[in-house]
Amino acid sequence: MDIHEYQAKEILGRFGVPVPRGGLAYSPEQAAYRARELGGHAWVVKAQVHAGGRGAAGGVKLCKSVDEVQSYAASLFGRQLVTKQTDQNGKGVYRLWIEPACDIAQELYLGFVLDRKSERIMIVASAHGGIEIEDLAETDPASLRRMTIDPATGLVEFQARELAFGLGLSGTQISQMVTILQACYRAYRDLDAMMVEINPLVITGAGDLVALDAKMSFDTNALFRRPQIAELRDRSQEDPRESTAGDHGLAYVGLTGDIGCIINGAGLAMATMDMIKLAGGEPANFLDIGGGASPERVVRAFRTVLADRNVSVILVNIFAGINRCDWVAEGVVKAYREVGMTIPVVVRLAGTNVEEGKTILEASGLPLITADTLAEAAAKAVAARPKLAA
Amino acid sequence: MAILITEKTRVIVQGMSGRIGQFHAADMIKHGTNVVGGVTPGKGGERLLDRPLFNTVREAVEETGAEASLLFVPPPFAADAIMEAADAGIKTAVCVTDGIPSQDMMRVKRFLRRYPESRKMRLIGPNCAGIISPGKGFMGIMPPHIYMPGRVGIVGRSGTLGYEAASQMKALGIGVSTSVGIGGDPINGSSFRDILELFQQDPETDAVMMIGEIGGPQEAEAAAWAARNMTKPIVAYIAGLSAPKGRKMGHAGAIISAFGESAQEKVEILTAAGITVAPNPSSMGETMARVMAARRAAA
Repeated sequence: MDIHEYQAKEILGRFGVPVPRGGLAYSPEQAAYRARELGGHAWVVKAQVHAGGRGAAGGVKLCKSVDEVQSYAASLFGRQLVTKQTDQNGKGVYRLWIEPACDIAQELYLGFVLDRKSERIMIVASAHGGIEIEDLAETDPASLRRMTIDPATGLVEFQARELAFGLGLSGTQISQMVTILQACYRAYRDLDAMMVEINPLVITGAGDLVALDAKMSFDTNALFRRPQIAELRDRSQEDPRESTAGDHGLAYVGLTGDIGCIINGAGLAMATMDMIKLAGGEPANFLDIGGGASPERVVRAFRTVLADRNVSVILVNIFAGINRCDWVAEGVVKAYREVGMTIPVVVRLAGTNVEEGKTILEASGLPLITADTLAEAAAKAVAARPKLAA
Repeated sequence: MAILITEKTRVIVQGMSGRIGQFHAADMIKHGTNVVGGVTPGKGGERLLDRPLFNTVREAVEETGAEASLLFVPPPFAADAIMEAADAGIKTAVCVTDGIPSQDMMRVKRFLRRYPESRKMRLIGPNCAGIISPGKGFMGIMPPHIYMPGRVGIVGRSGTLGYEAASQMKALGIGVSTSVGIGGDPINGSSFRDILELFQQDPETDAVMMIGEIGGPQEAEAAAWAARNMTKPIVAYIAGLSAPKGRKMGHAGAIISAFGESAQEKVEILTAAGITVAPNPSSMGETMARVMAARRAAA
């Protein structure tokens, strides 16, 4: 789960990371008010969206007057900001963060991630920050320093010191950096984060370290014990189809094709999408109905997939273990009748109670297209698409 | 003798008195698995499915001589239950639970390292379908009837895709020695490489079907190990060729976030290591049949 920059700064600030003063605005007038309140002669106005690459997309601007703050804010509110990291629809801008302009001498990169190889939290840092880590890894891989943290001891001070010296810092910057590293690590550990990123971490003209940007994302599996983090969820930044599906216990990812997929198991779902592609089609979505799916959950899956207007065929592929083919078949029949289906539906059932399931489908008298294997199901779904008008 | 589980393995079920635990324990018993008891704190002394229940794993091990444990424990308590099993002397634990926080798994992996190799517990999962040696026994949630006993090992992250592979092979008359689901989480107990090692040592396994997916470094690590150490043929399939970057595809670990984690890149890495990669998920069975026939012809 992602949170906004200003929320990440507030959290990290609480743990001891130096962050700039700033103010949140929900309207252009409030943005102007915040600028006056903060004082000074120049401000940075930053769109709060759950995506990186905001600067290049026009979502961050240095403004030299309060009027400029207000007019730029007016141009941002309600806009869909399309960045390198969003899809073509972008993310809606409903909150702005305003900070006094900062005097920057140098930009560094600092990130904390879960390293799947060592199965530990890993620090990634570079003396050359301010650009995306992916680009940094390509343009200047030698500048990247990595360090893993033993969960039994936590981040030990000498490790933090080594890293600080390794980045070319000196004087009081060393102790400032040690404080920042330990604060980030504690925030990561104590709040079940999956990622903490400060990019850039700047050295100001006065030689002090400040987190000029901050990003945090959290382990959704741990939200049950982090209610204060769960509250920061911002649904305006999510794909509405995905949030609604998630509310009903369905793992759904919207894609751009036209073959709607209803499948059990993440692996089989990905494999079915691959098979559709190899058969010459394009999947409209990833959808895992999960284990022990009731007929009602299957109906919900149909409604979720059909909410995507691009869908012209539905492919149901179930290999039941913990699931039951008869329940799924009941759900398919129920959904077909309830939603007034107008597009072709291909169904492939295998595994637990498969014969009962097939009997239910046949007895329904509905014009369902059935298949026995994965390949057959994908081929039939591709063939069932309405021919494009020439 | 298959790997990890045979008809002799003494199995306990942690969380057996729950609805799901009880359902699957009953199915395991019905199919010949040697289930010797269950553990539910607070229910020690009671009986369920004609087996004794214990308050702690330690008591269960002392009373029944259990060597293996299957865990149906909810996510908030699962890590604790895994560590309890390890400390009580369980040799193989299979954790089905989906949704364990990553940092809990980090602690579990660190905890498991405190024991010497001779009494170190092997963890399978979490977020997996379990393990089955067809005709002998199983620990998990898979439908046992789709597996035919035989001499091909299966190791995969996904449960349902493992079923798909087993049924494709069965249709071609190819049976399974043991099928192992290592689970879809970013941090898991046993890796592809760990299970390949077991299959390489198993005299009853002739070849291995390895089913990977996008995300993480484990397929590449297994390929590097297999190129140097594996004499038995491996057929692989990697799911997620059409998965977009940076999106989590159902499994917590199925996300392309670093170089080498996409399906295309993994296919290249496996192929370079001499592993035969099935071109699509519907041809896992026939690819295995072809590779085994070629191996027989060469012998």
